[in-house]
Amino acid sequence: MARAVNTSRKSLNTAIAATLGLIMFFPVLWILILSFKSEIDAVRSPWQVLTAGWTMESYGAVQERSDYFKHFMNSVTISLGSTFLGLLIAIPAAWAMAFVPAKRTKDVLMWMLSTKMLPPVGVLVPIYLIFRNLGILDTRSGLVIVLMLMNLPIIIWMLYTYFREIPGEILEAARMDGASLREEVLYVLTPMAIPGMASTVLLNIILSWNEAFWTLNLTAAQAAPLTAFIASYSSPEGLFYAKLSAASIMAIAPILIMGWFSQKQLVRGLTFGAVK
Amino acid sequence: MATKASRAAARLMIAPSVILLLGWMIVPLSMTLYFSFLRYNLIMPGDNPFVGWENYYWFVTDPSFKAAMVNTLLLVGGVLFITVVGGTLFALLLDQPMWGQGIIRIMVISPFFVMPTVSGLVWKNMFMNPVNGIFGHLAKGMGFEPIDFFSEIPLLSIIGIVSWQWLPFATLILLTALQSLDSEQLEASEMDGASWISRFWFIMLPHLARAITVVVLIQTIFLLSIFAEILVTTNGGPGTATTNLTYLIYVSSLLQFDVGMGSAGGVIAIILANIVAIFLMRMIGKNLDA
Repeated sequence: MARAVNTSRKSLNTAIAATLGLIMFFPVLWILILSFKSEIDAVRSPWQVLTAGWTMESYGAVQERSDYFKHFMNSVTISLGSTFLGLLIAIPAAWAMAFVPAKRTKDVLMWMLSTKMLPPVGVLVPIYLIFRNLGILDTRSGLVIVLMLMNLPIIIWMLYTYFREIPGEILEAARMDGASLREEVLYVLTPMAIPGMASTVLLNIILSWNEAFWTLNLTAAQAAPLTAFIASYSSPEGLFYAKLSAASIMAIAPILIMGWFSQKQLVRGLTFGAVK
Repeated sequence: MATKASRAAARLMIAPSVILLLGWMIVPLSMTLYFSFLRYNLIMPGDNPFVGWENYYWFVTDPSFKAAMVNTLLLVGGVLFITVVGGTLFALLLDQPMWGQGIIRIMVISPFFVMPTVSGLVWKNMFMNPVNGIFGHLAKGMGFEPIDFFSEIPLLSIIGIVSWQWLPFATLILLTALQSLDSEQLEASEMDGASWISRFWFIMLPHLARAITVVVLIQTIFLLSIFAEILVTTNGGPGTATTNLTYLIYVSSLLQFDVGMGSAGGVIAIILANIVAIFLMRMIGKNLDA
């Protein structure tokens, strides 16, 4: 904006926005603080909590009590596995729809999107029974498959919108210069598609890391990722504030940081291009 | 120009996605539909006779169904109201010139990345617990009786938690839309002496209308399926005070093992979500043409 802004107005804006920002962020900040307190100090009044001494003991205790690392690795496996499996299936489809559009391409895209509107609880019973009969309840591969299918429409859509932004003229020019299809894909298309693919991967890791319907209903002790593991803290461990905080911080930190870098992609991925 | 050969290749490349999604849609959906007409309970093995609309009849006439529908409506409506109004205000504010805008925006959107089970448990224990929670401490500090959130105002508490998670989403999308507004239009109206309110009402709000619709539709799809937040805080209680449709179906199918009843509920949930989905799809489809 080319308007001159006076400093006092800018200070006021900053003060109001910073206060609201702090309020929104406060719960995360608060568990970060609690996670470094002893169990006894963590339940005291806020002022006493702030002035109490700091300790790392909760982080060690969480690992010892419940094999935290196993559940963390489950989360990593499930979210990375479902994202990359989805990418493998989605890239050819999105590529074909973006560069060889047919009359029905739009209908196919819309139909794919419509599968995303299906409420998971509507198919809870059959999926549960299929999983039980196949013996893949409480396995990581089962969850990888379900989360991949859940997110496949988003992956295809995001890739499609990114691929569409690659100008066709560049591909034509490469072809005129005698590039084979393999060279075209490898040296022209891929470098231009990488930023879009990276954004897609980022958003989908976030979505599957935080997915809390299938992970809660299809896992027990073995394959439980962090969403389900934390849910087991609802009682009675919920009363151990420091340990709950430490477990929570470790569960949300990686995704929180990734989320900060993916604000733009989030808008694009979750509105299916309806808001730019 | 696409040749015949490249068309065939393209079809081959799209096929795996289409087949997978088709299977993911049709197989479980038809199973749900089929089960919904059977008397089928996992703890009472038998021959699962066909019972017509019986499951639907019992599901719909059960008092907890009415409660769940009302709760679902209040939950979705309440969260939508808070996030759309709050999100618009936040977006307008964040669009103003200020220092440290990047950091402030990061703080505002962070709740969206907190997994549902964590935000449910953190709010329940660290904030809303009447004895040790921050709200309890503050109330006592000021001489009030602390509120026991989950027994006195359970649904409102869940609406609060879910709004905290979704306010960033609304803010982020509305902010994106606001930033695409042509600033010259605003400047011109300002020079013509338009007040801040009329600038908001006649220029910004019409520009935001589309984004607000998208926020409402997308959030509704997700909010109809709220589950984890209820599971870790109230388990749908006290009584059925916080049971929404999703949670009710979960109780019938995975806690009472009543496959028939759960499936009938599932079909109802699918129909409900589809009503919203039709509007959303239309908006997105229009955008695809442009």
